[in-house]
This record gives sequence, C-alpha cells and structure tokens, in this order.
Amino acid sequence: MSGRIHIVQERGASRFAPFYAGAWGKDLLAESGTRNGSMVDIDSNAGDWAAHLVRVRDAQDEAAFAALFMHFAPRIKSFLMSSGSDATLAEECAQDVMATVWQKAHLFDPARAGVATWIFTISRNRRIDALRKQRRPELEDLPWGPVAEPEQADAVSLKQETKQLGQALRALPDKQRRLIERAYFGDLTHSEIADETGLPLGTIKSRIRLALERLRHAMG
Amino acid sequence: MTEKDQIKHHLTDALLMAYCAGTLPEGFGLVVATHVSMCDECRARCASFDALGGVVLEAVPEVPMSPDSLFATLKRIEADDAPPGEVAAPVAKSGAVFPGPLRDHVGSDLDGVKWRSYGIGLKQLILPVARGSSVRLLYIPAGTAVPDHGHRGTELTLVLQGAFRDESDRFGRGDIEVANEEVEHTPVAEEGRACICLAATDAPLRFNGILPRLAQPFLRI
Repeated sequence: MSGRIHIVQERGASRFAPFYAGAWGKDLLAESGTRNGSMVDIDSNAGDWAAHLVRVRDAQDEAAFAALFMHFAPRIKSFLMSSGSDATLAEECAQDVMATVWQKAHLFDPARAGVATWIFTISRNRRIDALRKQRRPELEDLPWGPVAEPEQADAVSLKQETKQLGQALRALPDKQRRLIERAYFGDLTHSEIADETGLPLGTIKSRIRLALERLRHAMG
Repeated sequence: MTEKDQIKHHLTDALLMAYCAGTLPEGFGLVVATHVSMCDECRARCASFDALGGVVLEAVPEVPMSPDSLFATLKRIEADDAPPGEVAAPVAKSGAVFPGPLRDHVGSDLDGVKWRSYGIGLKQLILPVARGSSVRLLYIPAGTAVPDHGHRGTELTLVLQGAFRDESDRFGRGDIEVANEEVEHTPVAEEGRACICLAATDAPLRFNGILPRLAQPFLRI
C-alpha cells in the first residue's frame, strides 16, 4: 500500500519516543512546519481536521496524523465505553479505528463528509464488529461521475452545517441531548428505557422526535 | 421522471437514526440499506444522521489513551495490519432488480433466487441473518393476496418489483411500508406482474385465519 510510514523500531531512538513519556507528541507537532515542504502551521490550523486528514491522505503526513489521533482517539475510546465496552477493548478498538483512518484516508472526501462524521462511521462499524460480532449492511456506493476535484464550496458549506449542528445539539435541553447521545451509544433498548426512566417507549420516541424537530429548526 | 422520483413511502426517523447509530438488528439493517440505496431522499437524511453521530462523538468527554497508544497505532500501520470491522461498500449495477446490499447478501440478483413455494403461488426465501430479526424475500403472484395478518413487533416491507395495495395505500418499487402492531392488513399484489418484496420482522407475524396459523411453524413466518 502507498500509505506506509517508516518508524524506527528501536524504542529509545524513535521519533515517537515522546509518546512513551506521555508527552503527546509536542515535538512531532513542533517540527511539522516544514514537513513535506508544505509549510503548514498545524497550531494555527488546529481544529481544521479536514486539512489534517487531507495531508494524511495526500502526503502521509505523520504529524497531521498525530494531531488527529490526539484529538479523536480519546473521544472514540469514550464513545465505545459509553456503548458498553470495557476500557481495554475500547482502547484497542480506538487504535483500530485510527489505523483505519490512515489506511482508508484515500477514501476521505471533504465534500461528502466531515472528519468527525467519517471517523464516527468507522467507530460505529468497529463497535458493531467487536461488541455484536456482526456487520452492518452498507449502502450502495453512489456513482459520483467524472468530477475529479471535490467542490470546494461543498466542503465549506458542509463544514458550516456541521458546526451549526454541533451548536444545535449543545443548545438542546439536557434531557433531550442525553437521549440523542444514548441513541448513538446504542444504549436505548426498550427495557432499559423503562427501567431507568419509568417511561413507556412511546414517550421516549416522541421525545427523540421533539429533539430532532428542535435540531431541524435550529438548522433552519 | 426517474425511478427514484416515484418513491412515495420512506423510512421513519427512528429507523434511519438507529441504522446510522448501528443499533438495528441485521435483518432491519438490510432492508434499510436496500431502501436507502434506491432512495435519494432517505440517503440525504441518512447523511444527516451520520453527521449527528459525528457531532455526538465530538461532544463526549475525553478518556485518556494509554501513553504508548499513538506509537502502537503507528507500528500497526507500518505492519499494514488490516483493521477489522470495515467492508467495502456494495456497488451499483445497472439493470439489476436487487440493489447492491441485497445482491451481496443473497449472492445473486432476482434471477438466481432459489424460491420455496408455499401454495397458491406464493413463494419465499428466508435469508440468513443474526438473531433479533428475520428477513425474507416474498414472491406474490399478480392479483394474489397475502393472508390477512397483524404484527406483534415491527414489520418492514420493501417493494423490489411490481406493486401491492393494502387498506392504507399503494406501494410500488422502492416504497417501504413500516407496520407496527396496530396494523392488520391484507396486501394484494397488483395485476400485471408478480410483486417481489423484501420483508423483515422482529417478532413472528400473527395470522388471523386458522389455517395460516397452523401453517405458521412450518413456514417459519
């Protein structure tokens, strides 16, 4: 595969040694300015995960990958633990997911999905595989026609909409936000809802509907 | 007007959200994936529910990774270990009756289906799925009624060829009927060509006549 990276096997001599010390890759980030001749300053670009992932995709940029890892891996682990995984399995699966992010980076298209969305779908599939020993039936791939370059405008508006969606979710009343989150953790089985809340399922469903309506309203 | 414009009956938010969250039983997931592959509107909604998943992922509190986790991950990338859990998306094939997810699951298109007859021209093929739901292909000859039945759980019926009508409406190719336990209906295939459906349930159907009820254990429906 083309996305191969080269790291020094000897632990002490590795450029990734800082991670052993728990220093979380500050050195790697500091040296990233001149990597691949791109002269991209990752610090000033922090949070623009699409730009990071595109650099992983196009230039196998390890520093950009390290930044993505530091941001997303602890969230993937948390997400999986909220889905009922123990810490050891969640750690291992979070590593699997991030390895997939590197290996499937060539499939990432910022005009089609945001980075968090894309990583969420990989995490979800890993969870179904690891916890339920199943596969999710996937959608047919859309034929995208001869457009070679992703539309810059699409990527920008997608990013804007995703940001708005995040704000809308945060703005929901606590109870509604928790319901949406639990639906995604796979934590909303019928009996659990009854046990935990004493509410019949119909009420939960209508509350999720209400939460979704509010989200839609917020998205204008 | 293309085929996709003719779809009138779509998935509910609850089903799409559960599909995107990855919490549907496999049989339901197969019907949802098959419908969405035929329906641009539900595909767009599906993308929104994936985006909502991304937003939920961003919002969870961080749980620290072990100190050597990045190094370990980079070593795995270098060793080119294919991480589990990822499969290639099914591809579209022009002229096929079955959309990609169903074709992949069955192992063939409609012409390769090995039907089992169960009288009055009705045929079915039960597809293997994990526990939690059951899913089957149904062949209903033109003009024939499926025995009157109600549901204990939820039943999804997706039309792949032809059309059927029941007390509520008409369902043509790509349309999906979501029936809950309140629905008691008698779907009838339209005249013309046989109606082929993909149907999933999370509980056995409840037939109202004595004969179908006796036959139920044998038909596994």
